[in-house]
Amino acid sequence: MAKAIVEIKNVNKFYGDNHVVKDLNMEIAEGEFLSILGPSGCGKTTTLRMIAGFEQQTQGVITVEGERVENKEPFERNVNTVFQSYALFPHMNVTDNVAYGLKMKKVKKPEISERVENALSMVQLEGFGKRFPAQLSGGQRQRVAIARAIINNPRVLLLDEPLGALDMKLRKQMQIELKNLQKRLGITFVYVTHDQEEALTMSDRIAVMNDGVLEQIGVPADIYEKPATKFVADFIGETNIFEAIEVSADAAGQVALKSEIGEITGTDSEFSEGEIVYLSVRPEKTLLSAAPVSGYALRGTVRENIYIGTVTKTTVILQNGQEIRVANAAGSSVPEAGSALYVYWNPSDAVIIHSKSGKIIDAFENVDLSEYVEGSA
Amino acid sequence: MKQGSMFRKKTVPLLTMISPVTAWLILLIALPLLYMLVISFCGTDDSHNIVFRFTLKNYAKLFDPTILSIYSNSLIIALLTTVICILVAYPFAYIMASTTPFRKTLMMIFLMLPFWTNSVIRLYSWRTLLGVNGYINILLMKIGLIEAPIEMLFTRGAVVLGMVYTLLPFMVLPLLTVIDKLDGGLIEASGDLGAKPAQTFLHVTLPLTAPGIFAGSIMVFIPCLGYFFVSNLMGGGTSQLIGNVISRQFKEAFNWPYGAALAIMLILITLLIVKIYTKTGGSIDDLGVM
Ligand SMILES: Nc1ncnc2c1ncn2[C@@H]1O[C@H](COP(=O)(O)OP(=O)(O)O)[C@@H](O)[C@H]1O
Ligand SMILES: [Mg+2]
Repeated sequence: MAKAIVEIKNVNKFYGDNHVVKDLNMEIAEGEFLSILGPSGCGKTTTLRMIAGFEQQTQGVITVEGERVENKEPFERNVNTVFQSYALFPHMNVTDNVAYGLKMKKVKKPEISERVENALSMVQLEGFGKRFPAQLSGGQRQRVAIARAIINNPRVLLLDEPLGALDMKLRKQMQIELKNLQKRLGITFVYVTHDQEEALTMSDRIAVMNDGVLEQIGVPADIYEKPATKFVADFIGETNIFEAIEVSADAAGQVALKSEIGEITGTDSEFSEGEIVYLSVRPEKTLLSAAPVSGYALRGTVRENIYIGTVTKTTVILQNGQEIRVANAAGSSVPEAGSALYVYWNPSDAVIIHSKSGKIIDAFENVDLSEYVEGSA
Repeated sequence: MKQGSMFRKKTVPLLTMISPVTAWLILLIALPLLYMLVISFCGTDDSHNIVFRFTLKNYAKLFDPTILSIYSNSLIIALLTTVICILVAYPFAYIMASTTPFRKTLMMIFLMLPFWTNSVIRLYSWRTLLGVNGYINILLMKIGLIEAPIEMLFTRGAVVLGMVYTLLPFMVLPLLTVIDKLDGGLIEASGDLGAKPAQTFLHVTLPLTAPGIFAGSIMVFIPCLGYFFVSNLMGGGTSQLIGNVISRQFKEAFNWPYGAALAIMLILITLLIVKIYTKTGGSIDDLGVM
């Protein structure tokens, strides 16, 4: 990893009694695109605001370029923010909004107009200089907010759900543009979002937060394929999760586990007999078989098939009522609804998550399978 | 529908269609104003009776040098009062907008409390403070700052003080409204872009709260021209306002036509100021009078 430009060490933030950020440790590398991903209310904005210096952490240290943030006023920092609500100055036209930071730093007029023109063309807003924010569409305002921030050549750009207010199509387009912009400028982006797809497509690394806790930080492929916690497995993409006890392992690292309904199999390099773990398998790695598969005691009934273009999503109900989602690639055969099948997977496609708490929380409802299968006991 | 409304128009007598409010407005405001306008073009006989014969001499008298100097004195006092009100009310309203709800309510109570007492009575209390034998002089002499009492009452300064004291809430309230509405995100954005607090105030806060300053200025400036009782009590006649001259024509000189002409002139000045206000983008709604 390149040199860290932002360092967050043992940071805690309280609002009164509300513990909003819990013992956060994170290093953000120079020039990387880091997303902070998590559900609404998990402390993303608070974290970003602490890096920007708008909010003071209750405990811990935050440094930007090696200097403690709290020692500097916001206007002294080499960090700029693109606000969730854009926060464009309503009484200034686009040019004046974009020029604002340079004017405050007393940059010479000819240089300002040159850089404003540059910044506006970078966000494809040439010719919009005379318009006022009220005369712009949401997407255009978003671009102005970005131009207004990047014109100052910040070392770190903080973006708080910048595309949240845009419609899907514009969002996708802006995602690509932002990513390209970041590559071109080489600025470190800290990008807050609650949209896991957005984080996966744009980021160099993703920091997943939940309830004030950093659950996992890593490259998108690791976050997706090797979730470190049950929350991450659940939150990023779709997955099937089993709670199970590790029983035995063979020399190849293949592990036999006992789940509520019976034996399942996975791989684990940190096997420990008797430990309660979560096993997670993605729908596209989950397989169905008409005959029993050795190592898997997961009998179920197909409830429905939903065709969504690239894949057909099959829902299987296990004997204990758990819903299993299976994604069948286009062209592959799809089981008939109501048919009884066995669920299995490749042991290497299953991820075993070592839960710290180790207790069985989920209470599975028992469902009468005869509702779905004719003639089954 | 159209036919029905036409039918109504034809059968209902005109007068019954006037709402009670309109009737009151005509009776209490429009008719007296019209009467003033009419008599301002009339003269008087030796026993002060109004003589209904057209003349422009009342208006000619408005350009008398003494009257012109009273106009300019009025405008100076109104201007000073407005400026001081802005300087005092702005920080007050700003603190009020940014403090806790409890303190905000408390400040509001302190601001409005004096209004529960008649303003003439409140101004009298200033006299007991400022007078030659007043408490301030006594205090200053006690601590040895001055040897002899100084005349603070009956000066233009005292009149301005009385005006500011009387009219301050009219500046605070419109300012509070605009400052309350100010988006804190914009202040943060300004700081984020490298503006120092003073720059943020100058480039963001001030322009966005200017409508409140405008509205408050109108609410202070205009009454200032007419509040003759403030000048009477605090200035003791040393500082004449247009309002004083008008009041004297009606109550002492009994030259109603001349008083009416002075009043009409004051109304025209007021309308001109409001016109300038709306022309420069001000909104009548912000004044809170309609
Ligand atoms: N200024 C504040 N005062 C009190 N509580 C706050 C404040 N800002 C945020 N919170 C609380 O902190 C938690 C995290 O908020 P936030 O960081 O905005 O979450 P996110 O951006 O991930 O949606 C929430 O429970 C929120 O209610
Ligand atoms: Mg947020």
